[in-house]
Amino acid sequence: MKPMLRLEGLRKSFGGLRVTDEVSFEIQPQEIAAIIGPNGAGKTTLFNQITGYLAPDGGHVFLEGQEIAGLTPQKIVKMGVGRAFQIASIFPDETALDNVRAACMSKLNQTRHLWRPVERFNRATEQAFAVLASLGLERQADRMAYELAHGDQKLLDIGIALVLEPKLLLLDEPTAGMSPEERQLTRQLIKQLWAQYKLTLIFIEHDMDMVFGIAERIMVLNHGALIADGTPGEIRNNKEVITAYLGEEA
Amino acid sequence: MASSSKYKFGLLWSVGFVAFALVPVLMTSRYQMNLASHILIWGLFAVAFNMLWGVTGMLSFGQALYFGIGAYSIGLFVNHAGKAWYLPAIPIGLVAAAMLSFLLGLLVIRVSGVYFTMLTLAFAQLAWQVTFKWYDFTGGDDGIQGIIAPGILANKMVYYYFVLVVVFISVWFLKRLAYSPFGLILRCVQQNPNRVRFIGRSVKMNQLRIYVISSVFAALAGSLMVGVDNSIHTDMLFWTTSGEVILMSVLGGINQFFGPFVGAVILILLEDIIGAKTEFWPIFLGTIVLIFVILFPKGVVGEIQHLRHRLKIAGESGGRHETHASA
Amino acid sequence: MDLYFIVTQLISGFTMATLLFLIASGLTLIFGVGNIFNFAHGSFYMIGAYFGYQLVSVWKVNFWIALVAAGTGAGLVGAAAEFLFLRRIYGRAQEGGFQILLTYGLILIFDDLVKLIWGTEYKSISKPSGFTGALQLGDIFIPTYNFAIIVIGLVVVVAAWWILAKTRPGRIARASAVDREMLGSLGVNVPLVLTVVFGLATALGGMAGALAAPLRSVTPGAGIEVIIDSLIVVVLGGMSNFWGAWLGAVLLGEVNAFAVAYLPAWSTLFSYLVMVVTLIFRPEGLFAPTRLRKV
Ligand SMILES: Nc1ncnc2c1ncn2[C@@H]1O[C@H](COP(=O)(O)OP(=O)(O)OP(=O)(O)O)[C@@H](O)[C@H]1O
Ligand SMILES: [Mg+2]
Repeated sequence: MKPMLRLEGLRKSFGGLRVTDEVSFEIQPQEIAAIIGPNGAGKTTLFNQITGYLAPDGGHVFLEGQEIAGLTPQKIVKMGVGRAFQIASIFPDETALDNVRAACMSKLNQTRHLWRPVERFNRATEQAFAVLASLGLERQADRMAYELAHGDQKLLDIGIALVLEPKLLLLDEPTAGMSPEERQLTRQLIKQLWAQYKLTLIFIEHDMDMVFGIAERIMVLNHGALIADGTPGEIRNNKEVITAYLGEEA
Repeated sequence: MASSSKYKFGLLWSVGFVAFALVPVLMTSRYQMNLASHILIWGLFAVAFNMLWGVTGMLSFGQALYFGIGAYSIGLFVNHAGKAWYLPAIPIGLVAAAMLSFLLGLLVIRVSGVYFTMLTLAFAQLAWQVTFKWYDFTGGDDGIQGIIAPGILANKMVYYYFVLVVVFISVWFLKRLAYSPFGLILRCVQQNPNRVRFIGRSVKMNQLRIYVISSVFAALAGSLMVGVDNSIHTDMLFWTTSGEVILMSVLGGINQFFGPFVGAVILILLEDIIGAKTEFWPIFLGTIVLIFVILFPKGVVGEIQHLRHRLKIAGESGGRHETHASA
Repeated sequence: MDLYFIVTQLISGFTMATLLFLIASGLTLIFGVGNIFNFAHGSFYMIGAYFGYQLVSVWKVNFWIALVAAGTGAGLVGAAAEFLFLRRIYGRAQEGGFQILLTYGLILIFDDLVKLIWGTEYKSISKPSGFTGALQLGDIFIPTYNFAIIVIGLVVVVAAWWILAKTRPGRIARASAVDREMLGSLGVNVPLVLTVVFGLATALGGMAGALAAPLRSVTPGAGIEVIIDSLIVVVLGGMSNFWGAWLGAVLLGEVNAFAVAYLPAWSTLFSYLVMVVTLIFRPEGLFAPTRLRKV
């Protein structure tokens, strides 16, 4: 079976700064993997290259064997890569329902209809509700997205990605800025979504409970380079990782 | 809730239609009917413009170009090919506007923000210059006078109802569009263009589509104007014409579908009342703009709704605070 | 083809380029530093021209003193406009659009005030004494006044660049372009910086207006043509790029000068043509070193 995602010698620099340094790895279908690393390690930049937001300077990105490096985000999304952002990326002046429904209509190729009102698109509406429900947001459906609590906005961002029915879902710090209780809930929720939607899931996280709690595999980035890749048990005892986190002198 | 607001909307719609339909019956002078035609046509123009700005976030300062194309299409055909071309010239003008807006749109959507605004302005001024200078073909600064609509449309009363029906159907279409999936994507483009790419839609493509649609309706408004004034003039292409619809939108409220229409009513009536008394109407207008931009950026309709919303909340829960997060 | 004719046109184009650059650099300055788009920038050019007219032709003030006074006057009006109006909308949603609208309101008011005060007829200023003739270089004659414009323009521009690049206030101004909040927390009075920069930028525009007045007649409504020309310059050069704007101004000035000579009726169209071609092939600006960042 072809790997869901394969990176080969991916490179990216900003000016003189190497932000992605010869990164290579493979992710198998229905894996759940975490990417960790100190602030500024280049985690988000890696996602940006996989999803087409940034073009890599060199190297390859294969989605199920097909090269996607350098394609536009639209194309990559349509090929089945969904993404939620470090800072919730939502449509603030639309209702939570319309946030998800817009994405759903995009997937169903209904965004060119310019006569029938949005509410009359039953299939999109049902699917949007189903996703909101699976995130526990069904009671917020009619509220404006900007009115939602921070944690709910993060979930809504995931909902927008999820309704696109991605094969591969990339989550950038899904619990960033959440309270400990919210983190706990979100952690369970993500694990559950992963199983329910049969996703291949890669998430970036600083919350170690979440990383060691639900990831089957952990990759560690430091200064743009992949310095470790293994099971939670292997990573926990990796000297290099400990040094990276505690500083060179430790 | 949805059905009650729909009902309210239907009521508003009918009241508006009946009010405008009664103008010829209740009027005391021709002039008032003329004024009402102007309001209807500018209202359509402003609503179409606001699909670009208020809905999609593209502040074009060059919609006069398409307004002018609609008008000059009729004027030029009648002048150079004969009176029989009056009606055929309308669809020809719309198609011309569609084609030109498509081509120019490809250029102007390459940039955003103030660049977009200024480029649209520059192209419209270019068209104005050509019209102004090409005297033999366009009549230059003299414009073209004495263009009479054919058949029964030459009757002012009949023409008024013709305008009323065309404007209402057009505005109805734009209203449907605003609340359709396409309208939703346009609002998304304004609020978070980056996210739009990541749900698999092209920002530029949607901007181009609405640019073309809005421009075609601007041209339609321009072509309707010919039969009201029976003349056309280069001022229709001048930048102040583009400025006018922007002002109407701000006065009425850019975040409400009918805001720009209400703005057209207010601005035209004000111009009629104040403009008749003073030479220096632009100073008043400029002052009104400053006041609205600084103090009432939501416009008349927006501020009224905001007030009602606040009163309702105060009534329900003794004053709850609203927080507004930005994108 | 006549070589002297070509050189004459080149010089006339260069004169225009200098004026254009004076105006456009003000636009670029306030956009680069404050991220403010001053749609009324052309109106300050017009105000400067009228101030110059009032001082020179009516009050018979010495031309060079009047030039400085007109620039200062326009700058004061600009600073006042920023202080009274513009600063009230900073940081608002859709700020860009409202900036354009607000400054559009200013155009309406200024254009009309000018008509109210000076009437609608064309006004003119005569060239300062000692600058009515021409310099002779071999067989080529350069009008002394054009020469003076070019020199003054270069001096002002180099001085402005030096202030921005080399002095402490200049560095503060440039830093406020990058991060207003940061500077504020360092104890810099950011609103004051913006008012001052706005005043300086409009003073540049006003001075250009007074300087141009002996060559072009002074009319109400001149502002909009000027703003479009400077916009074309800025598009060519890449916004907030000082030297790019200079190259853009030279290109536009020369294109205009030759168009006026060969196709006078359609000369104004050529500016737009240059812009369209630029946009098609290099939307980020002809002379911009880096790609335009998405806003
Ligand atoms: N568009 C850009 N231009 C220049 N530098 C950038 C750009 N994007 C990111 N960087 C730099 O690249 C480095 C890596 O950034 P990145 O956002 O990928 O880090 P990260 O691992 O996601 O960090 P965090 O945990 O804080 O989110 C940082 O030093 C950042 O400043
Ligand atoms: Mg990050």
